[in-house]
Amino acid sequence: MKYVLMFCADGDDVQRFASMTDADRAAQFEKVGAWFAENQARIIGGRQLAAPQSATTVRFGADGAPLLTDGPFLETNEVIGGYAEVEVADLDEALRMARSWPPRGAVEVRPIAEPGAEPDPEQR
Amino acid sequence: MRLLGDFDVAEEIVQDTLVIALERWRADGIPDRPGAWLTTAARRRAIDRLRRDGAYRHKLALLAAEPFAPADPDDRLRLIFTCCHPALSREAQLALTLRAVCGFTTAQIAHAFVVSEAAVAQRLARARRKIVTAGIPYRVPDADELDERLAQVLAVLYLMFNEGYLASADGPPTRRDLTADAAALTGLLGTLYPRHAETLGLLALIRLHLARAGSRFTAHHDLVLLPDQDRGSWDRVLIGDALALLDRAAALRRPGPYQLQAAIVACHTEARTWQDTDWPQILALYDLLLTHAPSPVVRLNRSVAVLHVAGPAAALGELDGLAAELDGYHLYHAVRGHVLVELGRREQARAAELRALALTANRAEQSLLRRRLGRSFSDSH
Repeated sequence: MKYVLMFCADGDDVQRFASMTDADRAAQFEKVGAWFAENQARIIGGRQLAAPQSATTVRFGADGAPLLTDGPFLETNEVIGGYAEVEVADLDEALRMARSWPPRGAVEVRPIAEPGAEPDPEQR
Repeated sequence: MRLLGDFDVAEEIVQDTLVIALERWRADGIPDRPGAWLTTAARRRAIDRLRRDGAYRHKLALLAAEPFAPADPDDRLRLIFTCCHPALSREAQLALTLRAVCGFTTAQIAHAFVVSEAAVAQRLARARRKIVTAGIPYRVPDADELDERLAQVLAVLYLMFNEGYLASADGPPTRRDLTADAAALTGLLGTLYPRHAETLGLLALIRLHLARAGSRFTAHHDLVLLPDQDRGSWDRVLIGDALALLDRAAALRRPGPYQLQAAIVACHTEARTWQDTDWPQILALYDLLLTHAPSPVVRLNRSVAVLHVAGPAAALGELDGLAAELDGYHLYHAVRGHVLVELGRREQARAAELRALALTANRAEQSLLRRRLGRSFSDSH
């Protein structure tokens, strides 16, 4: 099954990262690199995203007209820093990857909808 | 329906098809023969689903079967772990386990947890959908995950047992089905994981409770509290069995909340009379339990041990510290009422007992509190 692992952080996580020493930050990058290397066979895609401040959101109003706002869609102080698309046997394998994600914070594990799958009735 | 051989799945697909039809028809107009359109569409979707689901279909069929309760222990175990997967909410775990592992009907689950049948059906449908969509595996977890996964299963079984044993709902005061099923499943786990200390601990705890179950009610379904229970009627064979389990668990040197709770109950069963109860030992066990599972309810239970070791004033001090967290819990007010009686503060005791009475839906508990209130009323007048 395919999943997307979304690497999220809240305000505290961002703060913690910002206040790290250069050496600590380098060590963390190294661990993240090792995580990607270790999971290479499972990872089929994904990227790191630029800072949320660089986002522009296009919203469609009730009349269907697009409205642009400066900033990310998520209005809270939670940010998605990047994502990885993975192909694994089942949820447990995806969760195992998420659990070993070195920077901590939060990782949302979301299955990718299979082509032709019925949409979730509660989402319609 | 015949194509899928599985009512729930078929029903779900028909519903999905209908929703899609309504959307499509709104856009494209109603087809000439709407009935035939629906049948064809549903059939196509069913075939799609059969192709796609593969391995999951078998699992879904198991979860939908009513009653299911597989006899093969391996299948049963896989099913338990799937139903109690940590990616599901505790409520969903509990409902799925009752339905798929124990073979309860939706109506029986609704009755046990005082919610509507529709709510249970929706909870079950949502949980099944999550299992399929999220790819929750149908297998026994690997060794490195086993501890955490077993903890999930034990939590569900303990909830099940407690719901049956204490029965918060209106109706007969205890529900044997739930307790018997929880005991049997925990027994199965104890056989399969004889070196998992907390599994043995929960099994010991359940057996110690069951050993005393008969003495908890009078012939008229009135609740009998521990000091007044006929200790001669306790099942000594079951108690011996539980104590042996507890020894085996202790030898594994992995203490945990279930073992400690069982040890506390064991202290009560070892006392030949209420007066012989080893309260300092019980208090020490509660202190240890608090380090493993700090919760207001554990602190409430500990306050009873404080009452016997250090007196009512000390116990009241402990209880006052819990007021904010436990104000909506009937047993908090029942214990507080008891401690206030010991202190001779009858008016306050009465107020606490009235509050406890207002908060419980259990008939046996209501009747006990009414009897207590009647007594304190006649004492003070």
